[in-house]
Amino acid sequence: MAGISRVLEHRLVQYRRTFRSSVFTSFLSPLLFLTAMGLGLGGYVDRSGTAALGGLTYLEFLAPGLLAATVMQSAAFEATFPIIGGLNWQRTFHAMYATPLSPRDIALGNLVWMAIRVAMIATVFTAIIVLFGAAHSPLVILGIPVAVLTGMSFAAPISAFSATQRTPNQFNVIFRFGITPLFLFSGTFFPIETLPSYLQPIAWLSPLWHGVDLTRGIVLGTLADRPVQMLIHVIVLAVIVTVSSWATIVTIERRLVKG
Amino acid sequence: MTLPSLPLRVAPPLTFGSRRALRLIERNLYVYRHTWVVIVSGFFEPLFYLLSIGFGLGALVGTVPGPGGAPIPYQLFIAPALLASSSMNGAITEATLNFFFKLKYQKTFESILSTPLSTADIALGELGWALIRGGLYTLGFLVVMVVLGLGVSPWLALTLPGALLISLAFGAVGMACTSFMRTWQDFDLIQLVILPMFLFSGTFYPLDSYPEPIRLVVQLTPLYQGVDMLRSLAVGIVGPATLFHAVYLAVMGLAGLVVVSRRLDKLLLR
Amino acid sequence: MTDPQTASLIHARGLTKRFGDFTAVDAVDFDVAPAEAFGFLGPNGAGKTSTMRMIGGVSPVTEGTLTVRGLDPRTHGPEIRARLGVVPQQDTLDTELTVRENLVLYGRYFGLSRAECNKRADELLDFAQLTERQNDEVEPLSGGMKRRLTIARSLINQPDLLLLDEPTTGLDPQARHLLWDRLYRLKQRGVTLVLTTHYMDEAEQLCDRLVVMDKAKIVAEGSPRQLIDRYSTREVAELRFAPDVHEHLDGQLDGLADRVERLADRVLLYADDGEAVAVAAHERGLKPEAVLVRRSTLEDVFLRLTGRSLIE
Repeated sequence: MAGISRVLEHRLVQYRRTFRSSVFTSFLSPLLFLTAMGLGLGGYVDRSGTAALGGLTYLEFLAPGLLAATVMQSAAFEATFPIIGGLNWQRTFHAMYATPLSPRDIALGNLVWMAIRVAMIATVFTAIIVLFGAAHSPLVILGIPVAVLTGMSFAAPISAFSATQRTPNQFNVIFRFGITPLFLFSGTFFPIETLPSYLQPIAWLSPLWHGVDLTRGIVLGTLADRPVQMLIHVIVLAVIVTVSSWATIVTIERRLVKG
Repeated sequence: MTLPSLPLRVAPPLTFGSRRALRLIERNLYVYRHTWVVIVSGFFEPLFYLLSIGFGLGALVGTVPGPGGAPIPYQLFIAPALLASSSMNGAITEATLNFFFKLKYQKTFESILSTPLSTADIALGELGWALIRGGLYTLGFLVVMVVLGLGVSPWLALTLPGALLISLAFGAVGMACTSFMRTWQDFDLIQLVILPMFLFSGTFYPLDSYPEPIRLVVQLTPLYQGVDMLRSLAVGIVGPATLFHAVYLAVMGLAGLVVVSRRLDKLLLR
Repeated sequence: MTDPQTASLIHARGLTKRFGDFTAVDAVDFDVAPAEAFGFLGPNGAGKTSTMRMIGGVSPVTEGTLTVRGLDPRTHGPEIRARLGVVPQQDTLDTELTVRENLVLYGRYFGLSRAECNKRADELLDFAQLTERQNDEVEPLSGGMKRRLTIARSLINQPDLLLLDEPTTGLDPQARHLLWDRLYRLKQRGVTLVLTTHYMDEAEQLCDRLVVMDKAKIVAEGSPRQLIDRYSTREVAELRFAPDVHEHLDGQLDGLADRVERLADRVLLYADDGEAVAVAAHERGLKPEAVLVRRSTLEDVFLRLTGRSLIE
């Protein structure tokens, strides 16, 4: 536990220097997306009738989806360059390994930091959602831990992968063919019911879909409508996070030992 | 044939650089021979956006007012806009991230300047490469558009040079901005400009919903010029405004090139 | 037009380079003849690299005259560089390309055909002893290999003038000697070499003539032999004393030698016969902990001219 907090301290000090740029990704970018798509485009969607959205305005439909999606993108980014940098270029992880810190501390410490970053982003975004009037339930605050769960379901497996890489070349593939399609097809911008029926089951494979549906349920207060489905979402995300966190410890340890 | 690299204040644009600029394109070809996946993957992003937002969301939207006022299917509205913004994004990525990396870290250009190549050749060559990449993506995207039934007008063929013009404009200005940057943090400033343009320039929805003064301001921004130009061509409603857009982008590109070459002189030939 | 400067390959008069308030090169004069090996010897910061960059046309001249083959680098840059080979201080190899591609592409920048580039690349890989590594990435090569590759690359256009900035800095002795051998062979083929260095052995081994630079100025000129004869004696006796003894040596060394230099840790006694001086010192009752008698080097020349050593 103490080891993890040492690692956290390190990341926090680093963050103090670079937080200005994260203001953009954490705050401005989601705000702009919500305004443009939710309000600008939303006007045209609402004009055509909201039957497909179950009576919601497009803004109300989009906001929770965008929260989950934003969290996914930030988590994915945090899980790539800081890990590969710590093991290859800045080699800060190796420096930590030369102290009493264990690979477990280093891995978990970085994962906990990613969770904290996700929580920060989710808090800001949730506040924005409330300000836009798109929150239908005081339970909206639960959106933050759910966002953390969603984000970590990406951060942890990607971290485990990043630790095996020596160059960032493969990250391109992950973002282009993994993150972006998930971002676009997981029910963020339109209900998955709009997809042809043979494609819909595929959405269930997407961790983002689980996060989006769960977040939507919380923000709009519709959790009770399909409680089993919501529970499945939580379980799936929790399992992904647990298994891949363990994988991260393994791959980081392997790299540190190899040197 | 050798062309001297004269001070740009004196020389007309035609003597800017020389055929040696092709060597830089050749170099990029060699480099990307090893990492061609990166190039190919760039084609998919606008395609995904077209399928998800254009068709997926389009099913909810139906039709929107197009150029000239008549309603057009949402897919037809958004496809040329995606083409324009992906031309912009592709050029910006190459002209900022990759260019900055070559300039500051790899020092790729230092050794090249000990050969007969000049800084103008370098600027031209790098931009040319960005255009080639953009052109390939555009061609692919146009094929997809036709296959998906969005090829309603023969003017669509002109969107290929149109997209290249957009890449030229943003690529040149992007390189110019990059030549002033010091650290990676400065990139956020570029994103601060690009992202709002991408979201609010009539890419995803018509400008009709904006109040008049805001609409006028947005219409003067470069991405809107590119989006409107390509959309008009795709829909087949072409007029003098379309030509104006093209000239706007060309001037933007030339201005960027001049600035880049001067900055490269200052940075590399101290 | 009987212009003396057209006989030299490189001609500089009053050559000055300023960066804002800072003067890096202060009104230096020199001439480099074809097919000679010319050296700029001096410590770091003397102005050697700035001078080289001006010759190579990658740094504009602030004041003065500089011509290469009779041409002005400012207006005839591409022409000059077409026949020039440059080995910069830091390797500027293209890390996105393989070893072989670095050579081939560089040749292409000079407008050579691809066939010609490939042919010359084969020869140069052999020259640099890198044929086995030709398809490897540049990054993992050792320092010596990278240097050899940089030098090979500088030769792709078969230059008649080669500029080398600190060519062997950071290399192990074996790599240095291999490099010197290669450079010597080039010189025999008629290539003009201009190099900068702060290693006196390199200057002595490679250069026909050299100028000594310090703090932006040229302080001496001549062949290594001439400089040593002019500014130093034939031999030097180095005496090393215990620290407390070293401090109280005033007056005890007078008259022992032609010249005496007190360094922080040693005393240098300059004379034609170093052994004799060492013996004389003993006879005076001085008890050095260590004695070394050696020939004078360019290091001693530099010390005489500037009061400092070449290596800071």
